Amino acid sequence: MTQRLTNLAIGLIPVILALLFTTLILLIVGAPPGEAYRNIVQGALESPDKWASVVTATVPLLLCSAGLLITFAAGLWNIGVEGQIVAGALLTTWLALNLTLPSILFIPLLLMAGLVGGALWGLLVGWLKVYGGVHEIFGGVGLNFIAIVLTNYLIFGPWKPAGRATMSGTEPFPAEAWLPRLGNLAVYPIAVILALVAIALVYLALRGTTWGLKLKAIGNNQRSAFLMGIPTHQYMMGAFLLCGALAGLAGSIQAIGVRQRLIPGISGGYGFLSLLVVLLAGYRPLWVIPIALFFAAVGVGSPRLELNMQLDSALGGTLQGLVVLFVLLAQGVKKRDA
Amino acid sequence: MKIELRDIKKYFGPVRANDGITLTVEPGTIHGLLGENGAGKTTLMKVLTGFISADGGEIRVDGKPVHFTSPAESIRYGIGMLHQDPLDFPPLKVLDNLLLAFDNRLIPNRRGARRVLKELSQRFHFSLDPDARVNTLTVGERQQLEILRLLALGAEVIILDEPTTGISAPQKVLLFATLRRLAKEEGKSVIFVSHKLEEVEELCDRVTVLRRGKVTGHLEVPFRADQLVQLMFGQSLPKSERPPVTLGEPVLELQDVTVQTYRLTVPHVSLTVRAGEVIGLAGLEGSGQRLMLQACVGLQKPSSGRVLLGGQDFTRRSYRDFLAAGVAYLPAGRIEEGLIRGLTLTEHYVLAQRDHQPFFIDWAAATNGIQKKINEFNIRGRPDTPVEALSGGNQQRALLSLLPPALKLLALEHPTRGLDIESAMWVWEQLLARRRSGTAILFISADLDELLERSDRIVVFSGGVMAPPHRRGPHLGRGTGVFDRGREAGSVMCDA
Repeated sequence: MTQRLTNLAIGLIPVILALLFTTLILLIVGAPPGEAYRNIVQGALESPDKWASVVTATVPLLLCSAGLLITFAAGLWNIGVEGQIVAGALLTTWLALNLTLPSILFIPLLLMAGLVGGALWGLLVGWLKVYGGVHEIFGGVGLNFIAIVLTNYLIFGPWKPAGRATMSGTEPFPAEAWLPRLGNLAVYPIAVILALVAIALVYLALRGTTWGLKLKAIGNNQRSAFLMGIPTHQYMMGAFLLCGALAGLAGSIQAIGVRQRLIPGISGGYGFLSLLVVLLAGYRPLWVIPIALFFAAVGVGSPRLELNMQLDSALGGTLQGLVVLFVLLAQGVKKRDA
Repeated sequence: MKIELRDIKKYFGPVRANDGITLTVEPGTIHGLLGENGAGKTTLMKVLTGFISADGGEIRVDGKPVHFTSPAESIRYGIGMLHQDPLDFPPLKVLDNLLLAFDNRLIPNRRGARRVLKELSQRFHFSLDPDARVNTLTVGERQQLEILRLLALGAEVIILDEPTTGISAPQKVLLFATLRRLAKEEGKSVIFVSHKLEEVEELCDRVTVLRRGKVTGHLEVPFRADQLVQLMFGQSLPKSERPPVTLGEPVLELQDVTVQTYRLTVPHVSLTVRAGEVIGLAGLEGSGQRLMLQACVGLQKPSSGRVLLGGQDFTRRSYRDFLAAGVAYLPAGRIEEGLIRGLTLTEHYVLAQRDHQPFFIDWAAATNGIQKKINEFNIRGRPDTPVEALSGGNQQRALLSLLPPALKLLALEHPTRGLDIESAMWVWEQLLARRRSGTAILFISADLDELLERSDRIVVFSGGVMAPPHRRGPHLGRGTGVFDRGREAGSVMCDA
């Protein structure tokens, strides 16, 4: 019982501290904290439209987190997940702008393109690491940058809308490429199902398969795993491939669902945010779902601060960041005292 | 400096690592702390140096009660410890390691440090190159660097935790001379932690014997060996017998194999290992025996020559091919290279079932499987115990229990390093049972007794060169003839 209580305290104290800190920041800038929090909550939850936005924002977080659970299990810091989202979106866009098929064929093909694009970008990080000796963090950061620059080049160059190039992106995709909505709501049932299936599969794979166990073995001690006869390089490449594929799927959904075109910054920072989600979840797949929902809600609710209170909506990001920092801090303190 | 420990208590959960230990270390003496694995020696020394805090008891330095909360604090009082694994900074140079210890200025005083290093090295006849990188040194040299570092920091009490594991015979001779000199000529106190009777007998003035967290006796020189054994174990242990074995077909053949790394070349080794044979690889650490052992299991690719396994050419085959062909390799670092920290015994069991790994894990079957192994191999742990929670001896038991049932060749590095006598004997019982079923065994050891007692043949490495095998008849016990040959092996080891 006391064990339960301490665990609960370790879970709750960081959240309370994060709220206190955010409150302090609000007080320093002279904004009434109560009103700010009310705005975030209302901004996220006041209407079915908002609910829909929260669910839609949760989808890329879940897909990327599912992928990151795999790479984290193998002990890999796949910072490149952001670039892998973009790569998925790019390959999807290429097909969407150059093909026209009936929706029933087109949409699966475009989603598949997202998987492939992200997987290739992920494999590149893996290849650099395994065969080139480039740490995956550096490889990932480099490839993120290249993906962004490549997007901008394509938007302002080969893929620019007829006659004019703007920050608002490419020409909208043909209607056959659009991911179907749920009635009038900006929610995409196919995307939601794919995201939940991804988390469920990763959960099962890491928990109950020899494949998942071998990944964990590699993540905890690559040398021992190798000496046990596990083909560590193949497994690491596999982890990058799968994580990239899931991130690329998220990118594809952003392109043919939320935006219906390619825009600069198509990844929306969901890759980096997913890293925080997985860290906060302590690498536990089932915890990823509520945490992703929370992050999505804060993200959807925060712009209201700008609208109603002339505060910067980045405050939502500050809150998210603080929660993660305090949770990691609490875990660190617990580990040190143990 | 006089150190008094009074009624020191340290508990880890239900384990009483130190259960009321009292002892006094006089200045100018070498004080032995003797006990088998898990007797509480290292814990006690970690308490003394502030690495961990005691649950009860008192420490007095020169009569004054002290309370250390960190090793930095204890070294300020002049108490320094040489840990089992050297706590240095491998990618840095020898000189910089020394500088890190005592130079707190913004711009390091390299010239001063070089002078200190030279003076101290000369005083103790160490030959340390100030500009060598630490990761190129042998364990013995890293130990020497640590001793110099502690002296440079002004240590009056020097604690050495199992300092002779992994160092060569001549380095041991030099180490002992250094310790005697520190105690007799410079008046320092030396605490020598060991589970090796002979070393304590050879070196120490006084000895405190620990058993299961308690002091079982204090003795002064001259010690009586049987008395020490009884204090350590509570009983006297019989020497093991070597049952005769008939050797089978050749399992492994090295034909004029040369292995090259950027540090060392092991040239032109030819060796035939037959089924059921036990071959010991001896020599100074870093003399090439490890490279050769790794070449035998496919972890090092020969630059010339051929490696035959069961008559087939395996020279260019991968490590995984060797495993599939019935080879197993147990590295020296049990938790670093053998087991996987963070995974449970059950999870290790699943990973070890190489031949039948269904995609979905049957956890119930795996738990049953490992429970059988736990009973059979007498592992002190449960199926859900993470391996890092096991003691060194139990980690070795776990590793042995996870080996595939039928093996052609088993290669081991230091199979009993750091184990107490009982565990070591048990390990060899397992290995000898394997040889009876036709497994050839290749092992590296730094323990001359173990090499002599267990090997059918010993090959000695020196600076990369392998001397021709020393053969001993399997019918011989530790008779004089064999022992002479052992001396010979020993002398080859010492010449290096």
